[in-house]
Amino acid sequence: MDLFEYQGRDLFERHGLPVLGGGVAETPQEARAIAERLGGKVVVKAQVKVGGRGKAGGVKLADGADEAQARATDILGMDIKGHTVHKVMLAETADIKEEYYFSYLLDRANRTFLCIASVAGGMEIETVAEEDPDRVAKVAIDAVKGVDEAKAREIVTQAQFPAEVADQVVDIAVKLWQAFVAEDATLVEVNPLAKVGDGRVLLLDAKITLDENAAFRHPDHEALIDQSAVDPLEQAAKAKNLNYVKLDGEVGIIGNGAGLVMSTLDVVAYAGEQHGNVKPANFLDIGGGASAQVMANGLEIVLGDPAVKSVFVNVFGGITACDEVANGIIQALALLGERGETVTKPLVVRLDGNNAEAGRAILDGANNPLVERVDTMDGAAARAAELAAAGK
Amino acid sequence: MAIWLTKDSKVIVQGMTGSEGSKHTRRMLAAGTNVVGGVNPRKAGTTVDFDGTELPVFASVGEAIKETGADVSVIFVPPAFTKAAVIEAIDAEIPLAVVITEGVPVQDSAHFWAYNSDRGQKTRIIGPNCPGIASPGASNAGIIPADITPGGRIGLVSKSGTLTYQLMYELRDFGFSTAVGIGGDPIIGTTHIDALKAFQDDPDTDAIVMIGEIGGDAEERAAEFIKANVTKPVVGYIAGFTAPPGKTMGHAGAIISGSAGTADAKKEALEAAGVKVGKTPSETARLMREVMS
Repeated sequence: MDLFEYQGRDLFERHGLPVLGGGVAETPQEARAIAERLGGKVVVKAQVKVGGRGKAGGVKLADGADEAQARATDILGMDIKGHTVHKVMLAETADIKEEYYFSYLLDRANRTFLCIASVAGGMEIETVAEEDPDRVAKVAIDAVKGVDEAKAREIVTQAQFPAEVADQVVDIAVKLWQAFVAEDATLVEVNPLAKVGDGRVLLLDAKITLDENAAFRHPDHEALIDQSAVDPLEQAAKAKNLNYVKLDGEVGIIGNGAGLVMSTLDVVAYAGEQHGNVKPANFLDIGGGASAQVMANGLEIVLGDPAVKSVFVNVFGGITACDEVANGIIQALALLGERGETVTKPLVVRLDGNNAEAGRAILDGANNPLVERVDTMDGAAARAAELAAAGK
Repeated sequence: MAIWLTKDSKVIVQGMTGSEGSKHTRRMLAAGTNVVGGVNPRKAGTTVDFDGTELPVFASVGEAIKETGADVSVIFVPPAFTKAAVIEAIDAEIPLAVVITEGVPVQDSAHFWAYNSDRGQKTRIIGPNCPGIASPGASNAGIIPADITPGGRIGLVSKSGTLTYQLMYELRDFGFSTAVGIGGDPIIGTTHIDALKAFQDDPDTDAIVMIGEIGGDAEERAAEFIKANVTKPVVGYIAGFTAPPGKTMGHAGAIISGSAGTADAKKEALEAAGVKVGKTPSETARLMREVMS
């Protein structure tokens, strides 16, 4: 889960890291109140999870509460690269003397964590790495030993931080690592880490990603989820413990196992090239060992998407038993019928593996005109695409 | 022969008394695996009956090894306890630990990987979030269905469980030496490269299927390794050609970030290394058929 800048600022503050005073507002009036509290000049920043907001006009200076309210009025509701601005952060301004870059992140290739630090901050670190690689220090962090003062000194030396800020950066590096571990982050990026007029080093921006797998030990992280960005179908699926991602096509997809479902999206997209350019409408993994009830829940979610014109159920029964899947399909159709939500969208089903024969027999026996059985994954994908194209 | 798991492997199950653990212990036994016991400190000294096979429960992995000579542990404990379970297996220096558990925090995986490295990597870790390893007809450590295919001379390494099953099914007339599901998490113990190296050295494997998916650059690094070290034919498949950037596709590691981790980039890298890459599972199977006939 990616955090907004204001959430990152709050998190840094909670962990004792030096940040500027600030607050978040959803209305111009709230922005005004925060500006009054902060006093003097403030910066008003659009809260969007996408880069380039400054260039898009989403960051403005304001002198006093009146101006802050006016700038917040301008920025709230703006569209930045397809992201609507629902919140602005107001922060004290700083007299920036130098800008640095500092981050901790996951290093998949080396199966550990990495610190990237540079005295050339304030711009994209990728650009610095390309144009001036000597100014970017990359220091591997041992996940067991972490970042103690000695490790922090190593980072500061390698990145060639100026002597007058070295002690402050060492302290920040240690505390930032502690926050990284304590919050189960996979990325914390501070750009810029800045030296200001009075000599202090402050964290002036925050890009943080938290590990959703660690949610069980962070009950407080749930409050950080941006509800306005959560698709209602994704939310309904999550409540039923289903792994669902909404996409923009017309063919609903249900399968078991992340890899097979991803592969199903591909096969359907290729088939769609021959059939009116239809595309997959979603990713839905019902997981291993799914029961009839889980299948029914999945089908309900997928059919709840008005964009869906046909559904492809693609199951290879490893642990999952195909007869359970078949029963789930029949039950789900009956259940939806009872609720008066008559299903009119055709279903194409491909079953292989564990109890496939029994599953196919159940579907054939039910003799439901909406359910069509196809033997191969490729054939079923083509048929589902064809039906979706016809229903467009 | 096979890689890492043979008919002589003695398997213990950490979490054998839990619902998933007991279900799959039964399946492993049915597949002919030599399961010799389980680990649960709270139930140590008891036994569990699996359709007539009485398996002892030990207090620790160390005790289980001492009593049974176990050399493989399959781990089914919940995510909150997985790190401790893997560290226990590492401390006991078991040669192979297969971590099935899904949803392990990545800091925990990084932690046990670093811990293992500090101790000289005496334990090979497969997973987490993986279906395990199967040498059809010989032994099965994990949840890969044993009845898809008989033994044979194709080796398979995959990030995805169900795609493993799909390809095993499509190529069941040839059979497999070993299939390794390495898992789709951002940090995993055994990589494509580890498996490719082992298959290259295995006299009973003639050709290799490698299945990857979007996210990270493991496939690109595997391609470099193949170019330099693998002389056996490799056929590849990558899932997620049409996945949009920024959306996690089921596996925690399956996400395209910016321009990194796309299926096209992986396909190109593999093809440049002489690997034939299928666009779909069926095309991949067809390419392997051509290699094997």
